Amino acid sequence: MDKKVSILIVDDEESVRDSLYNWFIDDGYIVECAENAKKALSILEKKDFDIILADIKMPGMDGMEMHRRIKTLNKEPIFIIMTAFASVDTAVQALKDGAYDYITKPFDPDDLSHLIRNAAAQVSLKVENENLRNKITSLTDIEDLIGESDAMMKVLKEVESVAQSNSSVIITGESGTGKELIARAIHSNSSRKYFPLISVHCGALTESLLESELFGHEKGAFTGATFNRKGRFEMADGGTIFLDEIATISSKMQIELLRVLESKTFVRVGGNKEVSSDFRVICATNRDLKTMVKSGTFREDLYYRLNVVNIVIPPLRERVEDIPLLANHFIKKYCTSMSRNLIFIEPSAMKQLEEFEFPGNVRELENMIERAIVIGNGKDIRLKDLPMGKEVINSSIESLDDLESKHIAMILNKYSWNISRTAKALNVDRATLYNKIKKYKLIQE
Amino acid sequence: MSCAHIEKDTARFIAEDIMREFNYPVLFKECSVDLSVFYNPGRRQYDANRILKQVSELSSPNSVKIMGLFSVDLFIPILTYIFGQAILNGNTGIASLYRLRNELYGLEQDTALLIERFRKVIIHELGHTFGLIHCPNPICIMRSSTYVEDIDQKKIHFCHHCQTELNGRRKEEENH
Repeated sequence: MDKKVSILIVDDEESVRDSLYNWFIDDGYIVECAENAKKALSILEKKDFDIILADIKMPGMDGMEMHRRIKTLNKEPIFIIMTAFASVDTAVQALKDGAYDYITKPFDPDDLSHLIRNAAAQVSLKVENENLRNKITSLTDIEDLIGESDAMMKVLKEVESVAQSNSSVIITGESGTGKELIARAIHSNSSRKYFPLISVHCGALTESLLESELFGHEKGAFTGATFNRKGRFEMADGGTIFLDEIATISSKMQIELLRVLESKTFVRVGGNKEVSSDFRVICATNRDLKTMVKSGTFREDLYYRLNVVNIVIPPLRERVEDIPLLANHFIKKYCTSMSRNLIFIEPSAMKQLEEFEFPGNVRELENMIERAIVIGNGKDIRLKDLPMGKEVINSSIESLDDLESKHIAMILNKYSWNISRTAKALNVDRATLYNKIKKYKLIQE
Repeated sequence: MSCAHIEKDTARFIAEDIMREFNYPVLFKECSVDLSVFYNPGRRQYDANRILKQVSELSSPNSVKIMGLFSVDLFIPILTYIFGQAILNGNTGIASLYRLRNELYGLEQDTALLIERFRKVIIHELGHTFGLIHCPNPICIMRSSTYVEDIDQKKIHFCHHCQTELNGRRKEEENH
């Protein structure tokens, strides 16, 4: 049900207050009255009203002064001035001070009805706008951006400080570290958050496709261009454009991009009209752009244009302390999306996760947890539900000697230290096996 | 009570309307009230608030509601004119024929239309005395009307929502 609009009537004349009170009560509004500005201000300190209808001339504090005081209370009701003397000066001053409108006494019933109806519509628009903004804020909450490690806290601090500026940002990090999430976090914490965040995966498009994708095209620009199409730069007007895998773009596109970044104007493919767009650029790459600049594969001027701020996301193996947090977060996320009861992870399985290198970073961890929930017993995640238990070499093994030693010990134990059977299984002669046992100082337990 | 010199037939129509919509017996009484005391020479109109108060004092213990019918131009301090007025959840209302006449708007006299408008205003104001507020339904009798055209647009009945509300209010009043 819609919230009832509330009105505060402020007038020193009782008959005016009563008449307005009765009129608005009949219309179903919530109405209160105050006989002077002082009383009104004390009511407003305790209560909020959507609309205030105040007489301009009152003993003590007048309506205009009361309006100024209300503003200092950080309240923003719709303020309507009532006056018995229609003067342009008063009206102009009232409107200049931010009053919604003014009305001359006595009012035509229809004028009063219209005025209040319009003001009430404005109130509901304001409420609706507020609700939508809250909805957007909750939609853009970066839920997956999890981490309490020093490395991650540093990244989040950088995100916070860079978000409010308009500077270009390059996000670097290995694949799967969450570069797009960081871009989303910057966008959602910036003043551009109510405008779009447009993502372009540069690596997935050929040069000509990327050109048409970024700049848009006019009808007939090329075969298949059967209608005009806005480019991503145009779509990002007011918001942010996120160019993923920026290192993969061709030299020609690098020049084009530099020109657009400098002028914020461009021409659609096949068109001749300049289009301007106000966007912020965030790029991401898993390659070292500096090295590419040195080797001449990436333009230096573009590099400096883009690299105003560089955020480096550490790989997961460098923030091991975040693994339990992330694992539990993904468990919650997938249990909820699969409508399952929340499950837990066995300590041995968690230990295994913490010891794993995660070459695919957070994305790999997320996939692992999702898989474990799907194939698991529905109660907890066990070691055997994790793929690395079977397929991955223990991360404590670094050298080939370590590997050989562990493997020989395992086969010896399997055959209860029967040298002949072990040698046969390892496909070496007995002398070699004895030498290896000696070399690795293997002892029967 | 009427100070509007209403014809017998019209009075009968009004009584029938009230009986039908509110299911209470109606007593029609011609009165002579000195309205000159309520006259505001500055506005050349009659003060509806004061008239309402006067009518309210005339109610008897046997009456459920009292409705004063007039033919003078009514005003309240903040509005240029009104068709009628009532005390929300009270027991008194007033209505006037004055602003309902076609002639006032440069149109031809239409007595039937005038009576129909008057009946609607009376039922509307009585609705307020039973606690009904203005209704957004464009054809409901409780729709707010600031022009006579608005009155013409609505019907002389309560919409389903207002009727349900009215039944509830009536029950409440009877229990009291």
